[in-house]
Amino acid sequence: MGIREGLLVLLADGPKHGYRLKGEFEEATGQAWPLNIGQVYTTLGRLERDGLVELDTTDSEGRKVYRLTKAGRAEVRDWLTRPVDHRLDARDELSMKLLLTLFAGVADPLAVVDTQRAATMTALQDLHRLKQETDPDDLPWLLHLDRLILRAEAELRWLDLVEDRLPERRRRPAAVHEPAETEEVTG
Amino acid sequence: MTEVILRMRRVGRTYGEGSRRVDALVDVDLDVAPGELVAVTGRSGSGKSTLLNLAGTLDRPTTGTIEVDGRHLGDLGPRRLAELRRRTIGIVFQELNLIPSLTAAENVALPLELDGTDLRVARQAAEAALDEVGLGAMVDRYPDELSGGEQQRVAIARGLVGTRTLLLADEPTGALDELTGEAILRLLRSRCDAGAAGLLVTHDPGWAAWADRVVLLRSGRIESVTERSATPPTPAELRA
Ligand SMILES: Nc1ncnc2c1ncn2[C@@H]1O[C@H](COP(=O)(O)OP(=O)(O)O)[C@@H](O)[C@H]1O
Ligand SMILES: [Mg+2]
Repeated sequence: MGIREGLLVLLADGPKHGYRLKGEFEEATGQAWPLNIGQVYTTLGRLERDGLVELDTTDSEGRKVYRLTKAGRAEVRDWLTRPVDHRLDARDELSMKLLLTLFAGVADPLAVVDTQRAATMTALQDLHRLKQETDPDDLPWLLHLDRLILRAEAELRWLDLVEDRLPERRRRPAAVHEPAETEEVTG
Repeated sequence: MTEVILRMRRVGRTYGEGSRRVDALVDVDLDVAPGELVAVTGRSGSGKSTLLNLAGTLDRPTTGTIEVDGRHLGDLGPRRLAELRRRTIGIVFQELNLIPSLTAAENVALPLELDGTDLRVARQAAEAALDEVGLGAMVDRYPDELSGGEQQRVAIARGLVGTRTLLLADEPTGALDELTGEAILRLLRSRCDAGAAGLLVTHDPGWAAWADRVVLLRSGRIESVTERSATPPTPAELRA
């Protein structure tokens, strides 16, 4: 998605000018996605060109107020009722890195796993601290953080699974000693 | 050097002998300072509970040394250890160990009373702790009148009540739903922010990430330690 869909949804609520759209967009997304006013007007220009919005009036301060067209309304309905297609994210960089490492044999895939695990855990710790410092009433920001947190957790789980599936994993020392090894060791 | 409440040096714990020998913990170095929450995570069997039990003075290491609040545990007899557990250490176990014939508030007040706290004061502290875990309305219920999650929260209140400076929790969010688990972690976190040293054991990296430091155990050894970034991202940097 782009800010295009965001602006269309906000305009479904009534005609608005660019500055108001910018403010509402940032409020709705818990400041997670700051916009500059240039982006907003460029996007409105494209939406106008595509027949999804049209000029409503120019307000007393000379700002252009836009409203949805019938086609724009249909576009909003369509976007909100369509599930997000995550198949489009299939070319994930981490997956690619691991699959290519495995295929080409140029590096230890477990090292890739370990490095990523530490980095993702740090990121997750940072997210949790931000969440702890968040005003419990700031719902948009909390929901966004929850989403980022669960995504990081899913990545950590996936890394564990990768490790379990790799044959190299079996060569790592286990906690349980082989009988031959324990002979000379005293408790 | 900063003072630490818990200091473990080259700590090892071996169970069994010969072919049944298991090195549950090997060469573990760990410090937890006041104000800090440290998480220990790792797969099942990686040694997490073993580490926590050693820190809680419920078990003795095979090798290495452990200090709690400046005292070498190896130098203390059973009576002094029990006193240390009552005064200094708060433990939330993986098993709840609630006493069925005592109400929620009595269960929570018990460790304070054992330590000689005035009954009324102990009772008030217990009710406040239960209130913090969202059980303010259930202080007079017996364990069998509470759901599994509620019993778990009683056990947590009991572990965290009072002024203990080393707080140990083994899988405290086990059977709890996400939001209740969050309330528990907030409580532990706030105790640490107020100056306690916290050690949280959990197999779930999502809960571990609440900590300032995350220690990953594998086969009884520390595999990695991760800390929060010195300069955490700002909300604007986390844009979708
Ligand atoms: N009392 C015991 N006797 C023998 N082996 C034990 C005992 N307690 C734990 N172990 C073994 O020590 C290892 C670590 O166990 P534990 O600390 O309970 O792991 P975790 O809490 O991470 O699941 C495991 O291999 C476990 O089987
Ligand atoms: Mg355990």
